[in-house]
Amino acid sequence: MAATTTTAAAAGPGAPSGRLLIANGRLIDPSQGLDGAHDLLIEDGVVAAVLDRGEGPAAGERRDAGERRERPGGRERRERHEDGERRDLAVLDASGLVVAPGLIDMHVHLREPGQEYKETVATGTMAAAAGGFTAVACMANTEPVNDNRSVTEHILAEARRHGYARVHPIGAVSKQLAGLELAEIGEMIRAGAVAVSDDGRPVMNAELMRRALLYARHFDVPVIQHAEDLDLSGKGVMHEGEWSTRLGLAGIPGAAEDVMVARDLLLLEDTGGRYHVAHLSTARSLELVRRARRQELPVTCEVTPHHLVLTDEEVARTVFSTQCKMKPPLRSERDRQALLAGLVDGTVDAIASDHAPHHADEKDVEFDLAPFGILGLETTLGLCLDRLVRPGVVSLSRLVELLSTGPARVLRLPGGTLRPGSLADVTLFDPEGEVTVAAGAFLSRSRNTPFDGWKLQGRPVATMVGGRRIELPGRATPLHPAV
Amino acid sequence: MTAASPVRWTREDLLGIAELSPGEIELVLDTAESFREVGERPIKKVPTLRGKTVVNLFFESSTRTRSSFEIAEKRLSADNLNFTASGSALAKGESLVDTALNLQAMAPDLIVIRHAHAGAPHLLARKLKAGVINAGDGAHEHPTQALLDAYTIRRHKGRLAGLKVAIVGDIEHSRVVRSNIHLLTKMGARVTVAGPRTMMPVGIERLGVEVAHTLAEAVRGADVIMMLRIQLERQGRMAIPSIKEYFELFGLTSARLAGAADDVIIMHPGPMNRGVEIASEVADGPYSVILEQVTHGVSVRMAVLYLLSGVHEETA
Repeated sequence: MAATTTTAAAAGPGAPSGRLLIANGRLIDPSQGLDGAHDLLIEDGVVAAVLDRGEGPAAGERRDAGERRERPGGRERRERHEDGERRDLAVLDASGLVVAPGLIDMHVHLREPGQEYKETVATGTMAAAAGGFTAVACMANTEPVNDNRSVTEHILAEARRHGYARVHPIGAVSKQLAGLELAEIGEMIRAGAVAVSDDGRPVMNAELMRRALLYARHFDVPVIQHAEDLDLSGKGVMHEGEWSTRLGLAGIPGAAEDVMVARDLLLLEDTGGRYHVAHLSTARSLELVRRARRQELPVTCEVTPHHLVLTDEEVARTVFSTQCKMKPPLRSERDRQALLAGLVDGTVDAIASDHAPHHADEKDVEFDLAPFGILGLETTLGLCLDRLVRPGVVSLSRLVELLSTGPARVLRLPGGTLRPGSLADVTLFDPEGEVTVAAGAFLSRSRNTPFDGWKLQGRPVATMVGGRRIELPGRATPLHPAV
Repeated sequence: MTAASPVRWTREDLLGIAELSPGEIELVLDTAESFREVGERPIKKVPTLRGKTVVNLFFESSTRTRSSFEIAEKRLSADNLNFTASGSALAKGESLVDTALNLQAMAPDLIVIRHAHAGAPHLLARKLKAGVINAGDGAHEHPTQALLDAYTIRRHKGRLAGLKVAIVGDIEHSRVVRSNIHLLTKMGARVTVAGPRTMMPVGIERLGVEVAHTLAEAVRGADVIMMLRIQLERQGRMAIPSIKEYFELFGLTSARLAGAADDVIIMHPGPMNRGVEIASEVADGPYSVILEQVTHGVSVRMAVLYLLSGVHEETA
């Protein structure tokens, strides 16, 4: 179904040959401390240089060619050069756009294999590309579970064939996610997995968690914990607080997350290794991570856009909308404010969407019976630009760090930077562009979002993976394609 | 036919008390007053809802509430249909929405729904043209119960404003509590809830109530005491160690009524567990209005059916 010439994958085919200049944009690369008027020169799928505007070899070439600087917005064209040795230089006009290292969503559910009616590697990575992401890390709770090399390899093969973004599988911690015995972590890592997690479920057994932290050290990968004490969360379906009380819905106390984070951090003191808290949602868990950092424990964490934007009151405001049901649940305003502070002070390493597709029929039921989870790939960037950058909570540069440099650092991925020599994974976005979220037009196979109809300022414009522009079926190419 | 209330009823559904105004609550109570007399006639029937179809959709077992609605519907001459979860399409895996759409296709005017999950009536109301009456949804609301409780209190006390009402029991899992808190606080009563801390939901005080942790504190000066059923089936959730210990701490006995107002009334939404939350001497005693609540339930449900059916608009 995908146009193979424009697909990309972690282990994709050779990069496109040729040279491309992304000119006139605002280049933001926190990994190099860059934020300003820089052009980006890409050669053979790799970043060749970051050039100050109007200087450097590319500008020289343009002068050699007698080129005029004025270009209509969004235009791109090829320039011929008298020097026969020189290859063609394509120029992409990024006026008004931010040019950033490709965004990475380190927490998504692609549902393949096994639940292709919700999402596939193809549709999930299409959604990623449409949302400005050049790479995703996908969780292991597929059917069958990604708890062995063959499933990991299958996902990577699908990504090579049908992917519109790089796909980094995350292997299971335990066989069948059963929380009893370790999965074959080494084999999965060798096959291309970048971390381990039983996400969707916590590693409840403390001894298994201790062993997982120790064992994962052999491969230098993080153990990602879905921190939830299942006894404390019980039959809960939303955050325990005033709103669960008003609505008569069973609550999931913040403590369900906090006690797991606290327990794991104690274990981590003894084991070493790397520990990452998925979708951290409470003020107290964040404070635990902050304190552990001060002790220089190797802990990182991510938060989701929905926990940064919505609170438990949304369940009441929408009168039991199942689009507000996810784990961890939307928390209190106090928690939300704490997460925002965590973005600012650096405690939070990444924003990750926890993109969790579910079929419309599954969500069109009583609140108690609906599955947990909402989509995120196609709304994350817009929400972050509109609700975090526009009101001044974080700078654009910090946002790029949270969406690209940070996740790359947590998972030790090759992206997250535009340093010369790195892969040319690039995201172009328009921080001013207005957009109305339209779930019906999502490229994801599912529609479960609480943000349908929201007007946002800030939208993704294009992604490039390994220097190759990602074109999406049914979508107009946002910038003129390379000739 | 209603008493002169300045408020007009414009709602198509009765989903909860939370969204009602004091004027709307009074309108229901006044309307119920005008229907009370029907139950005292030798021929207990008026033609008010002739030709209207009401479906009673009960997904959770209920004797009292369902019977009360049925009688109210029959006294209003509505055609009614009872649909219970056992032996229904639900057992065959049909979704609530599909079940409701199928009923909708038979063009009922009103659907009365009882469901174990909070928000189920709201889901139906979004999908259906028929008016929806919430007859209890999970631990969320039970609006007609609160209305009949208010009606009963008003008949005994002549007012709601300024009364001290104590509600005792498993506050966390009770829809009756939530609807009563909304109604009574809107009407100016002071509400105290009491029960074991393990049965007290987080943030309940944000609903405008006082929280007491002893029965004596709750009972002191109370004009009205409502006792809630302790659900034996919830013992697995570690809320209380035993029924015996619960009764020792929170069970209402004659001796424990000492601090209450002289003309206190004792209420219970039923079904009662004698010797668990309430001693028989109190349940059957002089202050008890428990069976009156049941009688008034019919009048109040007649009023709700009447107002939601829209016939008052048609004849206006």
